[in-house]
Amino acid sequence: MGRLFAVVLAVITIVSAAIFIARIWWLPPDISVLGVGIDHQMTETMIASGVLFVVCQLVLAMFVWQYGDAGDARPIKTFPGGATPMVVIATILVSAEILVLTLVGTKVWGGIFLSPPDPSALHIDVQAEQFAYYFRYPGPDGKFGAIHPELIDDGNGNFFGLDPANDTAARDDIVSASLVIPVNKPILLTLHSKDVGHAFYVPELRIQQDFVPGLVIPLHFTATRLAKEEIVCTQLCGLGHYNMRAYLEVESLGQFQQWLKDHAP
Amino acid sequence: METTATSHHAPPQGFLRKYVFSLDHKVIGKQYLDLALVAVVIGMVLSWLMRFHLGFPTTAVPGLGKLAPTAAAGGVITPELYLALMTMHGTIMVFFVLTTAPFAGFGNFVLPIQVGAEDMAFPRFNMMSFWVTFVAFLVLVAAFFVPEGPPISGWTAYAPLSAIGKDAGPGLGTGQTLWAVSIALFCVGQLLGALNFIATTLDLRTKGMTLMRMPLSTWAWFITSVIGLIAFSVLLPACILLILDRVAGTSFFIPGGLVVSDRLQPHSGGSPLLWQHLFWFFGHPEVYIAILPGFGIVSHILPVFARKPLLGPKVVLICLIAIAFLSYTVWGHHMFLSGMNPLSATLFSVPTLVITIPATIVVLLWIGTVYGARMRFTTPALFCLGFISVFVSGGISGFFLAQPSIDTYLHGTYFVVGHFHFVMGVAAMFGIFAGVYFWFPKMYGRMMNDKLGKLHFTLTLIGVYCVFMPMHYLGLAGNVRRYSTFTDDYMKGSLPLHRFITIAALFTGAVQLIFFYNLIHSRLRGAKAPDNPWQATSLEWSTSSPPPFDNFGGHHPVVTHGPNEYGVKGPTGDYIMQASSDQPVTS
Repeated sequence: MGRLFAVVLAVITIVSAAIFIARIWWLPPDISVLGVGIDHQMTETMIASGVLFVVCQLVLAMFVWQYGDAGDARPIKTFPGGATPMVVIATILVSAEILVLTLVGTKVWGGIFLSPPDPSALHIDVQAEQFAYYFRYPGPDGKFGAIHPELIDDGNGNFFGLDPANDTAARDDIVSASLVIPVNKPILLTLHSKDVGHAFYVPELRIQQDFVPGLVIPLHFTATRLAKEEIVCTQLCGLGHYNMRAYLEVESLGQFQQWLKDHAP
Repeated sequence: METTATSHHAPPQGFLRKYVFSLDHKVIGKQYLDLALVAVVIGMVLSWLMRFHLGFPTTAVPGLGKLAPTAAAGGVITPELYLALMTMHGTIMVFFVLTTAPFAGFGNFVLPIQVGAEDMAFPRFNMMSFWVTFVAFLVLVAAFFVPEGPPISGWTAYAPLSAIGKDAGPGLGTGQTLWAVSIALFCVGQLLGALNFIATTLDLRTKGMTLMRMPLSTWAWFITSVIGLIAFSVLLPACILLILDRVAGTSFFIPGGLVVSDRLQPHSGGSPLLWQHLFWFFGHPEVYIAILPGFGIVSHILPVFARKPLLGPKVVLICLIAIAFLSYTVWGHHMFLSGMNPLSATLFSVPTLVITIPATIVVLLWIGTVYGARMRFTTPALFCLGFISVFVSGGISGFFLAQPSIDTYLHGTYFVVGHFHFVMGVAAMFGIFAGVYFWFPKMYGRMMNDKLGKLHFTLTLIGVYCVFMPMHYLGLAGNVRRYSTFTDDYMKGSLPLHRFITIAALFTGAVQLIFFYNLIHSRLRGAKAPDNPWQATSLEWSTSSPPPFDNFGGHHPVVTHGPNEYGVKGPTGDYIMQASSDQPVTS
């Protein structure tokens, strides 16, 4: 029975690892500046963890194969050197791995979440609600109109609760259900929620960020390729959660400027 | 076996006192395990329904249309029913299976016997602990039957979705309130249990049972109790605050200016992140409440069947304590992307990675124990080996998620689902299975069928890998979790893999029928168990199977040896019982 277990375990290990190595299911192509660092970190971690996974499972399978009780009163053997060398080596190896992953990973994380956005970044205000995203561009004046929750009315299209009658900054705000951005231009999003928690996730941009009611959370990135990808909500937000999507459309600068003109109020 | 002192424990009288409102830790342990058994059946059926829908989203589930005419009209599961199934599956499994069985169930039955006590320190609290937990379970299950349906905010019940009330959607009215009341009651039950475990371990050890002679299983339950005492005493007030937000108009977790269902909510000043901090301050240690008893069970059982001492038992103990300590420093890794200060993500990442050091050491010591062993591949031994394998698989994927820079991609995807199901779901279940097959003879005085056990183990091992390993592939491909269907543009490519997982899940679920048959059949007709069928050393094997009401027949055993005396020349074989007065013979 031990040998059957050893074989089953070895087969499981090899098949599981082979599918990872063959990249049958893998990350979609990266379309952002910071995605390169994330992909690199992912690959490093995959190699380190993959080696640990395969070695642990196969050594376990090997020992199980070899050290079954055959009823021959064979004397038991202690692991060479006992526990101490194993503990010391494991501690050093895992610590070193942790140190490297942390040092490199912190730099990648910092590039996304700890560094300020480029001063020339295009600022887009994003509001999430059950079960849609709305994106707001400041218009020619470069200023966003103030949000008045009591004026929010999805029925008449006032998703942000703007008051253009009394607020000049609100009059030229452009509101869209899609996130349209120019390629190679730094983008700054400010994320806020109208009702409950939501999230912004674009696998191709390699970023994800929650919307937290009561907070305005900045997120910045630069898209490097023309693309049309889906934005999905990954924070459970109610019965229509599965349907909370929007499109990210990365266009050339010319196309983007034309889009802004076409959508001006 | 030397014995001293006589018992002051009176045998229970009458059916109610013996089997229902029993003060006997053994009966309470079995009650907890039976509750977990009922809960796991419900939780598993819910997961089958979810998996069926994910694999075959437009196919009707036979009979479901009649059971839930609105939520599953024509038998096809609606998105809100899917979320309800998910919420109830997670809550039932985490609280009423993974906490009750390995900790409260086995801990109750085995811990007092392993330390040589007649019963728990506070038998009435112990009884209360179970019955409060039982009521908590009934309250949760009642959520299935309220008009708006069960809650849909997940087992983590993130505010403000869980706090606002029915404006936030169906299931977020009475169902969500019942959820919060149930979990609050559950916390009370587990706090009573944890106090009892701690007092019993510290105060009721028999003569000679020094702390260092305690089996690692008892150590693990003791450490888990300390974790539970802190964790549940944070979740309890959090649930009370949530209930107040829902029914009393307070705003602990709800900020101002929210417009839900076109209605400006009458709240202000609360913080959704406060709920997340309180929840995860409980939630991450909860992972260890589920898995540390498994660590103890494997560390205890593996040497029995390896017929050699556990490698580095003191190191294992230090690692268990280190894991328990570190478990309170890592909760923020659930919140890397929550909007908390991104600098704190780095701070939470480091202890999360560091906790892998003691976990890795324990795993290596288990594997090192198998080296040079004379392994007896009984069913409990196989489940221990399976535990090591699935814990390695689940633990390693933690390396990815512990890093904020990678979590920014994998958070909210099936990678996380695969990770935590392996590491705290399947691993803990394998620990439970190992415990059931190992202690069943002591509990019921009958042996379980070993051939059926091995068949159950082999098919389950293959099944769980087919279910949970592909979830890592889905996560890498960016397939998000908590979605009821993947039939449109973005994720429809994942449907074949989801279908494979569904078939594997239904297969693995069906395999559990072998276990249930074995359990019930052996309880009634299994071969009579000897007192020490496994030739093990700890005190539960020094008494009869099943033990008398006071565990040692009116006497207290005197402990003269540690629990790890295997591979030595003893009076009856290659082991020396803890309560044996014989000294090891040196050759």
